[in-house]
Amino acid sequence: MADVTAIVILWIPYLVEGVFATLGLTAAALGLGILLGLPMAIGQVYGNRLVRSVVAIYVWFFRGLPVLVLLFLFYFGIFPALGLGDLSAFIVGATVLGLRGAAYQSQIFRGGMQSISEGQMTAARSLGMTRMQAIRSIILPQAVRISLPGWSNEYPNILTDSAVCYAIGVAELLTRASQIVAQTYVTMPIYLVCACMFILINIAGMQVLHWVERRVAIPGFGTGAM
Amino acid sequence: METMIFLTDILFPALWGGVMVTLQLIILAAPVGFVLGIIIAILRVYGNKWVSMLCRGVVGFIKGTPLILMLFILYFGLPSVGITLSAFVASLIGFIMCNGAYNSEYIRGAISSVKEGQLVAAQALGMTKMQAVRLIVLPQALRRAIPGLSNEIIYLIKYSSLAYMLTVIELTGAGKMVATKYFAYTETFIFVGAVYLLLVTITTLAVVLIERKFAVPGMTQSGRNVLDIL
Amino acid sequence: MADDEYILRVEDIHKSFGKLEVLKGVSFNVKKGETICFIGPSGTGKSTLLRCINQLNIPDKGGVYLNGEEVTNSGPRINEFRQKIGMVFQNFFLFDHLSAVRNVEIALLKVLKMDPKAAREKALYELHQVGMEDWAEHYPAELSGGQAQRVSIARALAMDPDVILFDEPTSALDPELTREVLEVMKKLASAGMTMLVVTHEMGFATSAANRVVFMEHGLIQEEGTPEELMNGDGRFKEYMGKIGDIKE
Repeated sequence: MADVTAIVILWIPYLVEGVFATLGLTAAALGLGILLGLPMAIGQVYGNRLVRSVVAIYVWFFRGLPVLVLLFLFYFGIFPALGLGDLSAFIVGATVLGLRGAAYQSQIFRGGMQSISEGQMTAARSLGMTRMQAIRSIILPQAVRISLPGWSNEYPNILTDSAVCYAIGVAELLTRASQIVAQTYVTMPIYLVCACMFILINIAGMQVLHWVERRVAIPGFGTGAM
Repeated sequence: METMIFLTDILFPALWGGVMVTLQLIILAAPVGFVLGIIIAILRVYGNKWVSMLCRGVVGFIKGTPLILMLFILYFGLPSVGITLSAFVASLIGFIMCNGAYNSEYIRGAISSVKEGQLVAAQALGMTKMQAVRLIVLPQALRRAIPGLSNEIIYLIKYSSLAYMLTVIELTGAGKMVATKYFAYTETFIFVGAVYLLLVTITTLAVVLIERKFAVPGMTQSGRNVLDIL
Repeated sequence: MADDEYILRVEDIHKSFGKLEVLKGVSFNVKKGETICFIGPSGTGKSTLLRCINQLNIPDKGGVYLNGEEVTNSGPRINEFRQKIGMVFQNFFLFDHLSAVRNVEIALLKVLKMDPKAAREKALYELHQVGMEDWAEHYPAELSGGQAQRVSIARALAMDPDVILFDEPTSALDPELTREVLEVMKKLASAGMTMLVVTHEMGFATSAANRVVFMEHGLIQEEGTPEELMNGDGRFKEYMGKIGDIKE
């Protein structure tokens, strides 16, 4: 028993290094999610039929496929086919998680935008703002704030999905845990420590997101826009 | 022409075998996960303090741990404490646990949303608490939980692919094997993807129809778009 | 009809929503500095008429001319015209994520591209005009209805419009809060602002309006000074009688 504990403690630093890759994947997914998701949401709410259809198909595709299939498709198929076969698994994984994240997050932002009363746009236009100015200065700041709680809920999902990148060899937390298991034959303790680390990252991340929510909150906002 | 032969003689048969395994996993996991979800939800809402906390801890653990890690624990970890499961069974148990845990959250929320007066009125008529829960609260709660539960079924269809990580040759696994052998990654996974999209879309449509069928005047959800459920 | 005589000309406006014809050919002219009140039963198209002026509703037929230039069919130039046509809404429509002063200055910054310091000065000035300068940093959710509506008037004023359209500005307010808004509006009227006001507040119409327009069934039925209409024998008198009965 003491041997096992010793082994586990010895290998923890190696395991912890995996946390960086895990956080990197998660951050990329959240970042790309906003970068692509927000424009897609704007397109769905304010765009013409073509834009709406394209976004709808994109969302259907990236939400309908399992993460594992998307990873295989992009890592073994699409990236090499585009001549990008040399890119690291991490980049592929981050891209896939990001594209998928954008699909889910675009719907969250869309819901936020649609919940803003039409009066806001009407008032903005009556002052002479163009549609784009109104969207940028009036609609978006409100929509993003309204969407924050729902968007924060994506964090645990993306975090647990990042572990699937094990399948394409990204050196994140799960991969390292498996490597340790393969080397030392100590299984349960290592896996359980790994699970605990995921849970800790989860809790810590949610705390940060709640803090952000509180920081950008506006008095009386979110309880029903006029 | 070569591609056509590849598709019909090699890919489709392989994928067909894989789909069968995937369907087995889903068809076995879904009902059990559903029942498990109800049990956990009831234990959490109506159980005593310790039971409730225990359930909360278990659900929290399952939700915070990647499913793939849970599968590894079940398949690679358990043997070291004397429990050896086949890859298929380990996958199944993992899916049931995950599905059950998430289901319990939706059902728990739905139970809380059922007005307290319903339970009280039932007991006033002489029903025991368990009878009241079973006959009055649950039917209402389950109707309200349908959107969440159907969401979870769709997730189940998708994460069944992780069984391949335990070497179960379901749809994704079958595809990977063919793709690796014949260096036809993009084509293979496009078809694999198409099958998943088909399964998911059909299920979504079925859910919309079921929701309509079970709707009760005054308790309906307003028009949900097919694409929303994905 | 010399163009420079009228600051706003509205010619033969028709507007239907689906099968329902709400405006059946409305025309009138406005001189600079006039305050015109539109009175009449609900649903007769008064709000729609105002929205047809700044093209928030597009009329099916007819034209609107501001200072002689055509506002209808002006394409992207409509944004320019809207800078000169202010609007105050029944439900205020203040921007919820911005403080009062930010609400007033945002269009100055984004649309008029004013220098931030100048914009802030102007915004505070307008808030002062409506008596809300002490609430500059407060958010819409923290304001009473009357306060919010006054900020919304300041927001419209800050653009230095040629005419301000008021769409039932006090209908959503409790009676005690209505007075503070009407006071601001009376002040504006006597300062020479050109105002078109859709309202049910008879007191305001009789005391502050140069002209009252009575609308019913999508058309202007009667038009004249408040005294003319009150002493006349037309539909306006009838209507006043009816709502008088209800008050009893």
